[in-house]
Amino acid sequence: MRDRYALALGDDALVLAQRLGEWVARAPELEEDVALANIALDLLGQARTLLTYAGELEGAGRDEDVLAYWRDDRDFRNVLLVELPNGDFAVTMARQLLFAAYQYELYDRLRASTDDTLAAVAGKAVKEVHYHRDHATQWVLRLGDGTDESHRRMAEGLRAVWPYADELFDGDDVTAALSAEGVAVDPATLREPWTAYVGGVLAEAGLEPPADATPRRGGRRGLHTEQLGYLLAEMQHLHRSHPGVTW
Amino acid sequence: MAPTDQRADEREAAFYAIVDSDGRIEPRDDMPEAYRRTLVRQIAQHAHSEIIGMQPEGNWISRAPSLRRKAILLAKVQDEAGHGLYLYAAAETLGVSRDQLLDLLHTRKQKYSSIFNYPTLTWADVGAIGWLVDGAAITNQVPLTRCSYGPYARAMVRICKEESFHQRQGFEALLTLTRGTPAQKAMAQDALDRWWYPSLAMFGPPDSGEQVSGGHTEQSMRWGIKRFSNDELRQRFVDMTVPQSEVLGLSIPDPDLRWNEERGHYDFTAPDYDELFRVIKGDGPCNAQRLEHRVTAHADGAWVREAAAAYASKKREQAA
Amino acid sequence: MTSTEWPLWEVFVRARRGLSHIHVGSLHAPDAAMAVRNARDVYTRRGEGVSIWVVPSDQITASSPDEKDAFFDPAADKVYRHPTFYEVPAEAKHL
Repeated sequence: MRDRYALALGDDALVLAQRLGEWVARAPELEEDVALANIALDLLGQARTLLTYAGELEGAGRDEDVLAYWRDDRDFRNVLLVELPNGDFAVTMARQLLFAAYQYELYDRLRASTDDTLAAVAGKAVKEVHYHRDHATQWVLRLGDGTDESHRRMAEGLRAVWPYADELFDGDDVTAALSAEGVAVDPATLREPWTAYVGGVLAEAGLEPPADATPRRGGRRGLHTEQLGYLLAEMQHLHRSHPGVTW
Repeated sequence: MAPTDQRADEREAAFYAIVDSDGRIEPRDDMPEAYRRTLVRQIAQHAHSEIIGMQPEGNWISRAPSLRRKAILLAKVQDEAGHGLYLYAAAETLGVSRDQLLDLLHTRKQKYSSIFNYPTLTWADVGAIGWLVDGAAITNQVPLTRCSYGPYARAMVRICKEESFHQRQGFEALLTLTRGTPAQKAMAQDALDRWWYPSLAMFGPPDSGEQVSGGHTEQSMRWGIKRFSNDELRQRFVDMTVPQSEVLGLSIPDPDLRWNEERGHYDFTAPDYDELFRVIKGDGPCNAQRLEHRVTAHADGAWVREAAAAYASKKREQAA
Repeated sequence: MTSTEWPLWEVFVRARRGLSHIHVGSLHAPDAAMAVRNARDVYTRRGEGVSIWVVPSDQITASSPDEKDAFFDPAADKVYRHPTFYEVPAEAKHL
């Protein structure tokens, strides 16, 4: 069961790292290219540790690469939010704000996990995602309160990703059992501090949390958007074309 | 002699006194206008090469065949953004802005290294770029850490330090392929076959042609912004690379390549300089694609840059 | 175009506790908050620092190269400011 928990958190990080990697050589300014790559590298590092741990717990000999490259989309357990296409810079920053704010609250609590490995992962990751959250915050403030065009784009970006926020706080049999043991964090407990933080940023940026968005969910159960298949096809094709070799 | 002329002569003498004694010229020093212009062009082209150079390798980040390779490649391409940034900053000390330089790149008035106009067709190309292209770049760049213009030399020190992992990761990636399956080894050989001559061409036209075409090299050497001639550097690169290819177990695609005992160097076939000139003029396989990517990214980011500038000025007004 | 170009900042990094901040390079940023973050991303991604200063480049006042001689040459002949100027018998310790 712990392996499924580690896998879900690892998939979140892996898929978002893959998306952020698409920004390379496309950012609005060179400084931002470097910043986005740093965030992608942090997430990729988290993903590698978590997938490796998931593989060890599972005990079936699957390492980080087998888990990353040999599962199909129905076996990925990431939330839908992280697989959404990048859109423009505002969409990406909206997604970053919602996700980093969630990851921050999650890892902050997961440091107290009774599972030493997860606690150690969280202890390292919480510093990284603290920076990611700050980075997204700075940009949401500037885009929300910059020009008319940036305000409009930021509001649209927020509308595009908002329906996918609810899923971050969904529990399932895994989190229910593991949080009772003190291994996992019950995602529902993250909603309140998340709402307070994100709400504060949006208010300062002059943005409204989108009302009456129909929540979209399913990633944790392997029911993804159509976009994940393309993301995985691109990520996995070379590795799968040469089964069993070393790179 | 008019007093102003005499003053100008003194200034020029002071400049050459520093350059000739292997000293460093700093941004606010007097310098001949031609020196300044040449440096701006050279540093800008170098910076452009770094940021255009992100594309061919960036092309493989999404498809890197292991998570370890993905992390390495992402970090490497990120470094190139950083190196472009350091170099633009060095050029900016000479009184131009990054925006002006990018504009010159985007309107094809300034060039970048011809090498990045070739496509990366397979994963092995990422290894070949690290090994050959970064190897050639390092050969070019190490002497520039001692160039006469302080900000450029300092940027090159930082860049060379950071790039030391770039060549090694490329070599390691290729070595893994050559020790792998026949298909992997073939992929590596194919990459070497395609990247060898374009890498040799990175050192520019042959010295003889240079002199005929106006002798930039000679002038740049006098100014201490070029330390070795194109052919010297090309030879140094070949001498370094051939033994490495033997470790990899790959054959360099040059039937005339052989050690010349008398010269103490390898004899080798020169790259096709006509092709080099065609690519530099814009007619390489990927020139249009690379530039369009760059221009589009810059244009797509305009509203973001404007928003951040607007926000900053709003905050300044509020504080005032 | 040029009106929205982000200003240039000079970056100073303290490599370790106990050392001064040292100039490491420059970057562009729209404001101070972003400049210090960009500096972190650009200039400390290999663990080069524990503290960062950023200063708008146009806020730096520098001595002029034209005044170089007047500024710095007069210090060259004050040899008595240096300990090596003084001859002390070898048997006099801790001097």
